[in-house]
Amino acid sequence: MKNKLNNSHILALKVFIHLGALLPFIYTCYQAVTDQLGADPVEALIHFTGISAFNLLLLSLLVSPLAKRLRQGLLLKVRRLLGLYAFTYALSHLLCYVVFELQLDWSLVLSEIIKRPYITVGFAALLILFALTLTSTQAAQRKLKGTWQSLHNWVYVAVLLGALHFIWSVKLDIIEPLIYWAMTLTLLYWRKDKLMAAIKRWKIKQKKTLA
Amino acid sequence: MLIKVPAKSSCNENQVTDEKIYQQRRSLLKSMGFMGAASSLSSSHVNAFDLFGSDDKTFVTQALDFKPAANYRSTEQQTPESKVISHNNFYEFGTAKSDPQANAQGFKVDPWSLTINGLVEKPLTLDYADLFKKVALEERIYRLRCVEAWSMVIPWVGFSLAELIKQSQPLSGAQYVAFETLYDPKQMPGQKSRWTGGGIDYPYVEGLRIDEAMHPLAFLAVGLYGKTLPPQNGAPIRLVVPWKYGFKSIKSITRIRLTAQKPPTTWNILAPNEYGFYANVNPEVDHPRWSQASERRITKGGLFDLSRNPTQMFNGYSEVAPLYAGLDLKRNY
Repeated sequence: MKNKLNNSHILALKVFIHLGALLPFIYTCYQAVTDQLGADPVEALIHFTGISAFNLLLLSLLVSPLAKRLRQGLLLKVRRLLGLYAFTYALSHLLCYVVFELQLDWSLVLSEIIKRPYITVGFAALLILFALTLTSTQAAQRKLKGTWQSLHNWVYVAVLLGALHFIWSVKLDIIEPLIYWAMTLTLLYWRKDKLMAAIKRWKIKQKKTLA
Repeated sequence: MLIKVPAKSSCNENQVTDEKIYQQRRSLLKSMGFMGAASSLSSSHVNAFDLFGSDDKTFVTQALDFKPAANYRSTEQQTPESKVISHNNFYEFGTAKSDPQANAQGFKVDPWSLTINGLVEKPLTLDYADLFKKVALEERIYRLRCVEAWSMVIPWVGFSLAELIKQSQPLSGAQYVAFETLYDPKQMPGQKSRWTGGGIDYPYVEGLRIDEAMHPLAFLAVGLYGKTLPPQNGAPIRLVVPWKYGFKSIKSITRIRLTAQKPPTTWNILAPNEYGFYANVNPEVDHPRWSQASERRITKGGLFDLSRNPTQMFNGYSEVAPLYAGLDLKRNY
């Protein structure tokens, strides 16, 4: 077939993803350090890393529906890269908050994570992404066999927690978070069969353990 | 018959610069310097994904005549003017911090009308020129603490709110002072569209107890950094109540009304469990979603020059404490 992507296309796409994720990050950090990021570089940086993490996570969730619809199986090869960058941005989002917003006041960090629901759910989402990052290698995939897929289904929980974290954190202006909720729910709706099946399996398992 | 042939170099009557414009040349020069700073700032404002520049016109501010106040000075590092005028919460012009500067440059402040009425002997109406001469102007350096846990140090120019209220001769039944921002959806995109304005029911309203309003610290600002206010900071006249969170300091005021009843206040209507009527700066009482124990001070410099300071009770203005003797400040947040 002429229109099928080949490995060199995928390589080019991967290079593009690397550049697209890294260059804005480096440029924005440079702006923040040199005081070119508006009056409050901390707020700007926290928002930039958070929204970028969300964008990358949504992109990674777009890969398999897109691959299916366009019948381009090789496209799946870029999914892990997008997911890893989503985690990287999410981690820098937390680091910016801890280092620049709270300025390493560890007791405050701890109490904010526990006391503030929107930070708690954001932190939970980050922990899920961390677990997925640790098990993202092919070796881990082979080792975990069937469990790997059910573990990586947790990405759907992570994206929902992320959307909750976003809408909870704003003072009043919920339009942007609502747009992200719409995108999130659309991506999940495309997987409704898979999600329903997973929930059914989980319910059966619950019943078995109860019995 | 004498035919007058004017020399090529001589000027016609209609070429004479209007005296008003001539008198403004100093402030024009100053504002050009200011515009230069503003434009270099807005170009540096562009982030990695911002493909469109901001508006090209800039509101022209004018130098003011004032004396430095005897009290209310400060040795703390001041927040640079460029940051004071580019980091604003003024939802009438959009909800992002950079929106007001981007969207308010065409705002018209002259003519203006500020009325003081309600329970007063002598209702007043001030026009634009009155704002700068009804009471002698002075400069005061105040800390500004936002409810979002950041703070600035700003040199305001203006006068005591009490001085103006006294001129209207309040009646004994006046218990509260209600303030109202201009309502003009044509000029304020946030009032025109709920999407831009964050869903606030405009006009923005605020209020103080009469004894709070009459406290010498309560200030009406008509300028900052020696010049008239830019629109994003609440031109032509705004309230500054330094011991309360910033949202109490209502901008672009058109009405001040003395009342017997406690007036409604905008953020309290929006989220009564998060924003109270008093809104005194208080490190002991957290916002339900974040701590108020400390604050990030915005001064000059980038990411690594920022400091986090412990927040002080009443933002450090302990002289207002007697106003609240016997009041439970945890419940009356």
